[in-house]
Amino acid sequence: MIDKLFLYLQYPFVRYAVIVGVLIALCSSLLGVTLVLKRFSFIGDGLSHVAFGAMAIATVVNVSNNMLLVLPITIGSAILLLRTGQNTKIKGDAAIAMISVASLAFGYLLMNIFSTSSNLSGDVCSTLFGSTSILTLSKQEVWLCIALSVMVLLIFVLFYNKIFAITFDETFSKAAGIRTNAYNLLIATVIAVIIVLAMNLVGSLLISALVIFPALSSMKLYKNFKSVTVCSAIISVICALAGLLISILAGTPVGSTIVAADVAMFAICCVAEKVMGARA
Amino acid sequence: MALITVKDLALGYESRTIAENLNFKVEAGDYLCIVGENGSGKTTLMKTLLELKAPMSGEVIRGEGLKANEVGYLPQQTVVQRDFPASVQEIVLSGCQSRCGLRPFYNKEEKEIAQKNMERMGISDLAGRCYRELSGGQQQRVLLARALCATRKILLLDEPVSGLDPNATIGMYRLIKELNEEGITIIMISHDVSAALRYASHILHVGNDLFFGTKEQFLKSEIGKSILITEDNDK
Repeated sequence: MIDKLFLYLQYPFVRYAVIVGVLIALCSSLLGVTLVLKRFSFIGDGLSHVAFGAMAIATVVNVSNNMLLVLPITIGSAILLLRTGQNTKIKGDAAIAMISVASLAFGYLLMNIFSTSSNLSGDVCSTLFGSTSILTLSKQEVWLCIALSVMVLLIFVLFYNKIFAITFDETFSKAAGIRTNAYNLLIATVIAVIIVLAMNLVGSLLISALVIFPALSSMKLYKNFKSVTVCSAIISVICALAGLLISILAGTPVGSTIVAADVAMFAICCVAEKVMGARA
Repeated sequence: MALITVKDLALGYESRTIAENLNFKVEAGDYLCIVGENGSGKTTLMKTLLELKAPMSGEVIRGEGLKANEVGYLPQQTVVQRDFPASVQEIVLSGCQSRCGLRPFYNKEEKEIAQKNMERMGISDLAGRCYRELSGGQQQRVLLARALCATRKILLLDEPVSGLDPNATIGMYRLIKELNEEGITIIMISHDVSAALRYASHILHVGNDLFFGTKEQFLKSEIGKSILITEDNDK
């Protein structure tokens, strides 16, 4: 089995997949803690559907590089969703549901009407569930992914204290003279970037899992923000690696396998919490 | 020049006015209690004083070089905070954020300020504990320590004792009184008129009957008398 693994790892596309997979898992887990605590667990789902709709538009109008269209549209929606957090007529969860369902429907509609490919349901399925796209990454895309991940990491580390303060108590931060709107904008942008990146890995439907499972798992184990964040990053990377390797060896779909690993880890953490709680 | 001067202030949301004709002054060292019925605009007034919300008309003037980032605020607890995985130290330290500006990390001085304020609130032994596992009174002390990290001059407290048991309530009031005696100006929203009368130096009553003045003036005023009579009858 190990031999088989090494054999596969000699192919560049498998190595690319592993690199990209680990990076995306790392990035998505970092902001997951913030999103879960801010009660925005579903934003991943909503935004990924937006990205799906944008992808459909990109396919129809035949843009040379999908990213050019998908990224701005997703960032725009993220800002719209997070901005409407309080004091609006349509509340956060309803707004997410609205945008998510609408863009999913329009995306599919567009793809159906202006279909250019003979295997439409196959296309849709692979955008939604990720399927093989992670194994067909070009060198350029890998570099783009690395660059964006480094950017996300840097932003997160530099603004870690601000992100904590705003997540814990936005009103207090605002009263203390912090420009919370600017930081919310930043968080929204970073989330959108992560989601567009993650679409390549697990597809749009499973992104939520990548964002929330590591966060929830580590919240079971740790009780301060720093440990929770670090632990969720570690859990996410481990699960992504495990999922990738299993899917390579067993030939299962990449996205679903990673999510299955995340779910398993969550179950383990639940048990661990019970055991630690009983001992304390 | 007073610390905060409020002139002809009107408060409300969109086109609906909640309170108008508010005029009062807060001098350094005052202990002002804002009382009034539910929905009379107490919290909205506080948000306006904090510059979180623009007034509908009138103005709030900050004097004596009081900057936006020198105001300490103790908001009402939110649902999010109740199960937030954060240690006491992390939360208290986050009160120093306005001192940082764009600097990404806290420096040594800020860590000392946080440490000092935790000692002041008697919670330094809880520094490593998880916020959500603390009692209501301890949680309020943590948030108060955080507010103190942000200010040396003025604290704005929004119902600091709501949801606390009687002992914790008394402890909290004493703590606030001590801070006031150390020279920090206090503006507090309260439901509890009798406590307000025991500790405050000035009373602001918002609602249908507006009143602003010292505690002694309040006791002699029509509105003050009517409230006290109802309270006595309830006993």
